[in-house]
Amino acid sequence: MTLSRRAVLGAAAAAATLPTVRARAQAPKIRIGVLNDQSGPYRNTGGPTSVVCAKQAVEEFGAHGFDVDVIFADHQNKPDLGAGIARQWYDTQGVDMILDVPTSSVGLAVGAVAKEKDKAYLNIGAATADLTGKQCAPCIVHWSYDTYMLAKSTGGATVRAGGDTWYFITADYVFGHQLQRDATSFIMAAGGKVLGASAYPFPGTSDFSAFLLQAQASGAKVLGLCNAGADTVNSIKQAKEFGLQARIAALLMFITDVHALGLQTAQGLTLTESFYWDLNDRTRAFTARVRPKTPNNWPNMIHAGCYAASLHFLKAVADMGVAEAKKSGAGIVNRMKAMPTDDDCFGKAHIREDGLLIVPSYLFEVKKPAESHGPWDYYKTVQVTPGDQAWRPLAEGGCYFVKT
Amino acid sequence: MTLGIPRAQAAAFVVMVAAIILGPSVLYPVFLMKVLCFALFACAYNLLPGYVGLLSFGHAAYFGMGSYIAAWTAKHWGLDAEAAIILGGLTAAAIGLVFGWLAIRRQGIYFAMITLALAEMVYFFCTEAPFTGGEDGIQQVPRAPLFGVIPMQADMSLYWLVAAVFIGGFLLIHRIIHSPFGQVLQAIRENEPRAISLGYRVDDYKLLAFVLSAALAGIAGATKSQVFGIATLTDVHWSMSGEVVLITLIGGIGTIFGPVIGALLFGALETYLAPFGDWVTVTQGAIFVLCVLAFRRGLVGEMGLRLRLAL
Repeated sequence: MTLSRRAVLGAAAAAATLPTVRARAQAPKIRIGVLNDQSGPYRNTGGPTSVVCAKQAVEEFGAHGFDVDVIFADHQNKPDLGAGIARQWYDTQGVDMILDVPTSSVGLAVGAVAKEKDKAYLNIGAATADLTGKQCAPCIVHWSYDTYMLAKSTGGATVRAGGDTWYFITADYVFGHQLQRDATSFIMAAGGKVLGASAYPFPGTSDFSAFLLQAQASGAKVLGLCNAGADTVNSIKQAKEFGLQARIAALLMFITDVHALGLQTAQGLTLTESFYWDLNDRTRAFTARVRPKTPNNWPNMIHAGCYAASLHFLKAVADMGVAEAKKSGAGIVNRMKAMPTDDDCFGKAHIREDGLLIVPSYLFEVKKPAESHGPWDYYKTVQVTPGDQAWRPLAEGGCYFVKT
Repeated sequence: MTLGIPRAQAAAFVVMVAAIILGPSVLYPVFLMKVLCFALFACAYNLLPGYVGLLSFGHAAYFGMGSYIAAWTAKHWGLDAEAAIILGGLTAAAIGLVFGWLAIRRQGIYFAMITLALAEMVYFFCTEAPFTGGEDGIQQVPRAPLFGVIPMQADMSLYWLVAAVFIGGFLLIHRIIHSPFGQVLQAIRENEPRAISLGYRVDDYKLLAFVLSAALAGIAGATKSQVFGIATLTDVHWSMSGEVVLITLIGGIGTIFGPVIGALLFGALETYLAPFGDWVTVTQGAIFVLCVLAFRRGLVGEMGLRLRLAL
């Protein structure tokens, strides 16, 4: 038998299609998309370290009969850009779950897309309590912190310590306004007073001197910072340079910000997080595992949240089966709510009906340089608010699908 | 000549319509809708520098306000898609009337600076005005049904609306350019004093062209807010004014199809380079420099010159 040229060509063409056939026979795939600020003011508080922590969760979760990959993108803190990427990810990239999404304005815009597409959306980095309140959805989970929890812990404690007159410097978008609103209600409830507030354009403001002078002139005992990330760092640095008399309450601050400021400047500040690497053996073990991958930026509560939420999501997927999990975002999130969470960062906890993770909040004081005994040894625990008191009561959120 | 339209243009138009019809079976419809919105925006913009010789640097104001008004009325008044888009266009036309009336009194760099300054005023108005939602923008804008009955939730049904808006706008611009009115505009571009000496009331012509350009830019912005369900400060920021200049320049200023090609190229760059963050702007800048150095008439302009066709 001789081979005709046509037969050879045909065989070659058939061989060329083989790899794609094999690719189709691969294990089913779950794709996680980390959408956050990779280049702007929130790069250190979320950014690449969030991606590292999500990948850490995938790695530790191990093989369960399906592949998991993690992709990421930079939303540049623009709501339209973030919503556009989310839409494209869900529609064309096969993304099953979007993770992190700091910057409340972007966080809410992505929430609207997730709700429209019925896809899982685990928000860690956006503070707005509306994600589990007025703009809640059955496919949304909110992890680590929100404006209510921060305001209650830091705001309440500051008034009790004698700081009863306040002046706010507020990032002029949904996050800043909600944080200020929530803090104001706790200050009033504790018998304090708010003397004034300045809102500044976000993103893009780095000079806070005009607002600091107004705060100084108001005579308030406490300067409340309703901002985050590099903005908080800049405001505190400039307040110190001006020799501001008022005590500073940074209502949202992370250990990464303390690191950026240095203990010399940051000492004595009080702040609230739901995770600290040195809380207990499990948190130390987690940090030891992830530290080699992000040596210059140790995990804060956002990074820990990215790890823990991814891990819990994957457990729920394994529990349901990939095919079932891909059907509906609300379905997978309901399974996540039904299963108790258990991870090294937050210990045993559960996700409430409205999508909020219920864990204790910790009020920390930043150590003096002399008290710090090693790298990133920055916090003293001042107060622990148990989970059932730390968060907004379920009935007050106004989430449409919560039955009260 | 067929119907007074050069054969090359008629052929290119058929190719473009075919691409619009076949496009969504190959590419992501939302991406194509974005490209069509920007193509209409750039075609509207092109009317001024391309055919009247006025380099406006503030078209984001009309695009952005069209977007805000359409988003707001669709969300709070529950207007239908077509009503919201038309209202967006009318608002932009009204702003264009005022801004144009002020700006056409000066020429060249002064004209550009006045349009830029006025657009910046609109930007700061939008950051402060409560109805725009400041940095958050107007979010969760519903995709309103067309004429109150045809649902627009699905990407593909909205796609046909966007395609119709684009083709309608495109044909209108083509008609404007090739009408006697358009001939006078081109006469003004070539030699304004001569047009005046021939008895044309140049200011009226310029103002009308300005208002038409602003209205169509507003319609493009309004359509975009319907596609993405969001209107934000990005749409009124000065960088949007720069972007439309860039799109038009890459495609070819003063060509009919140039802005369309420019928008496609620009949209593709923005989408496919998005994972690289800041590199998007660097690449756009590099392409701009390349374009100005190597082919100053833009892609379509150079092509038309080589083939001796008016595209």
